[in-house]
Amino acid sequence: MTVASQTTIEPRGKRPAQRFAPSTIMIYGVLLVAAIYYLLPLYVMIITSLKGMPEIRLGNIFSPPVEVTFQSWSTAWDSACTGLYCEGLKVGFMNSVKITIPSVIASIMIASVNGYALANWRFKGSEVFFSILLFGAFIPYQVMLYPLVIITRELGIFGTLTGVIVIHTVFGMPILTLLFRNYFASLPVELFKAARVDGAGFWRIFFQIMVPMSAPIFVVAIILQVTGIWNDFLFGVVFAGTKNVPMTVQLNNIVNSTQGVKEYNVNMAATILTGLVPLLVYFFSGKYFVRGIAAGAVKG
Amino acid sequence: MTQQSPSVSIKDLSLNYGSVSVLKDLNIDVADGEFLVLLGPSGCGKSTLLNCIAGLLEISDGQIFIKDKNVTWKEPKDRGIGMVFQSYALYPQMTVEKNLSFGLRVAGLPKAEIEKRIANAADILQIGPLLQRKPGALSGGQRQRVAIGRALVRDVDVFLFDEPLSNLDAKLRSELRVEIKRLHHKLANTMIYVTHDQIEALTLADRIAVMKGGLIQQLDEPLTIYNKPRNLFVASFIGSPSMNFLKGEIAERDGKPIFSIADLDVSLESYAALEPLQAGRSVIFGFRPEHITLSDQPGPAGRSCQATVDLDEPMGADSLVWLKVAGKAVSVRVDSGRRYQNGEIVHLTFDPALASLFDSQTEDRI
Repeated sequence: MTVASQTTIEPRGKRPAQRFAPSTIMIYGVLLVAAIYYLLPLYVMIITSLKGMPEIRLGNIFSPPVEVTFQSWSTAWDSACTGLYCEGLKVGFMNSVKITIPSVIASIMIASVNGYALANWRFKGSEVFFSILLFGAFIPYQVMLYPLVIITRELGIFGTLTGVIVIHTVFGMPILTLLFRNYFASLPVELFKAARVDGAGFWRIFFQIMVPMSAPIFVVAIILQVTGIWNDFLFGVVFAGTKNVPMTVQLNNIVNSTQGVKEYNVNMAATILTGLVPLLVYFFSGKYFVRGIAAGAVKG
Repeated sequence: MTQQSPSVSIKDLSLNYGSVSVLKDLNIDVADGEFLVLLGPSGCGKSTLLNCIAGLLEISDGQIFIKDKNVTWKEPKDRGIGMVFQSYALYPQMTVEKNLSFGLRVAGLPKAEIEKRIANAADILQIGPLLQRKPGALSGGQRQRVAIGRALVRDVDVFLFDEPLSNLDAKLRSELRVEIKRLHHKLANTMIYVTHDQIEALTLADRIAVMKGGLIQQLDEPLTIYNKPRNLFVASFIGSPSMNFLKGEIAERDGKPIFSIADLDVSLESYAALEPLQAGRSVIFGFRPEHITLSDQPGPAGRSCQATVDLDEPMGADSLVWLKVAGKAVSVRVDSGRRYQNGEIVHLTFDPALASLFDSQTEDRI
């Protein structure tokens, strides 16, 4: 087919797809490079965790394991030493579960009611209240650490599970309240008015009208909180007390132990195990996450 | 009509947001069984007023009485009102039946009573087959019927409509308009209806309150509002195509007042003036497009003139002919049987008895 005959084709119907146009190649090329760049460390972690120590010492970090062994995984889970105890990450895992579940539930329950009240039951000074709350989201946590230690000590919950749960709940408030308030503000206000004419009060409107319409934003909040609290190191190490340290703190103790040989395979396995929960959460709910963020961000 | 005590009575109602005054000292009495339409451009405060009556907005000053009870501080549910919203505001997760019964369940009515009322409302609005569906599976017209049903089952004295037809397409709108009118005849409840659509207002209302800037400009029967607008705003807002205005002054000819502008004189002898027409007063002469007659022959002396056709807009039943009169564009509604050519010379005749005269300073009718 000559160039001349191509130009004489009368355009009609669907435009032919240009599969190998330069722009397409560029876009896919860049995406591919970016994906490899981000996946490479994960690849190194996985193959290293499957190698034995002699193989690691050879130094070929990119080559796949000659002999696959899961020994380091079971060591990391069951018998790796963190400080004085050699019980592995499973202790930290259980602690993290015990911290995360109550914190997520408590913070979401309170923040959703907060957001609903701020969006629909504007009271005198509600905007000021909201601004102050938001302000909290911009202050580095470290600044508040020492006062919080004193407060929790005076309350008698320093170094306890309750203490760290309260701290997580409080620090989840600004961003979650913002999330819920924006979502509720984006729901048609006439629904709220109709419910009031129908005689429903504060709680009935919340539970029977608002909450059933808000599944996406609850999913987003759960994802945010689960990953945030699971990944937290600072509050865990300060407030939880030695008996209740979360997985992240334990991981740090394993990886940063200065005695003996550095067991890279165990370190890698332990790191993957710790990161597994947030990773799985993203894998299974990424779709909701994007949808919810978009829905919550529409209105200010 | 207002012999018995009014159904809804608004006394000195004001609403301010900070320093912004949204409603200013309103006084309205709505008779029992009356259909009152609040009409005005967006931002005039008509929806705000309705929300105040419903109790969804706190008022700054004044009182609201419904059925002789002072409800100024009452919750919406205790005011004896039902409300229909523009966006239907149906609870999306509930079926139609649950939507209708929500308020009744909140009020703790016995099940048998709830069922009876739903059956009754479904019968009146013909939504029986839809009861088990969710709002998402309904068309716009059906949704609005359900929304009206939700007000209906509450068995209230006063219905409040907040632009209920504005989300519907033109055909459905005119259908539902007729249905609402029929519903009003059947139920004979008091209804207060907010709209920015003057056709809805003119067709539905017993009385119309034209609002602007938080004030009621005129509260009258539809035809009075149409024919005898009290000021320039009402005159220009009501009517489509809108009223023509010519700015000139009053002069005297043979001892009789005339309206005079450039090369046009119109005798005002038959105009029912509210105040004496002094010569030299600067006025605005308003007349509706259908109150002018066009002809090829010169009309009666003293109230006709010659003009050039600018444009002919056929609209089906009739045509709108745009003319140049005294340098101003003027529209005339004529029978669509005869087409006019651009540049054609025609003669138009005014009927001063049907015209309106406004003071050019105060813009009030004189």
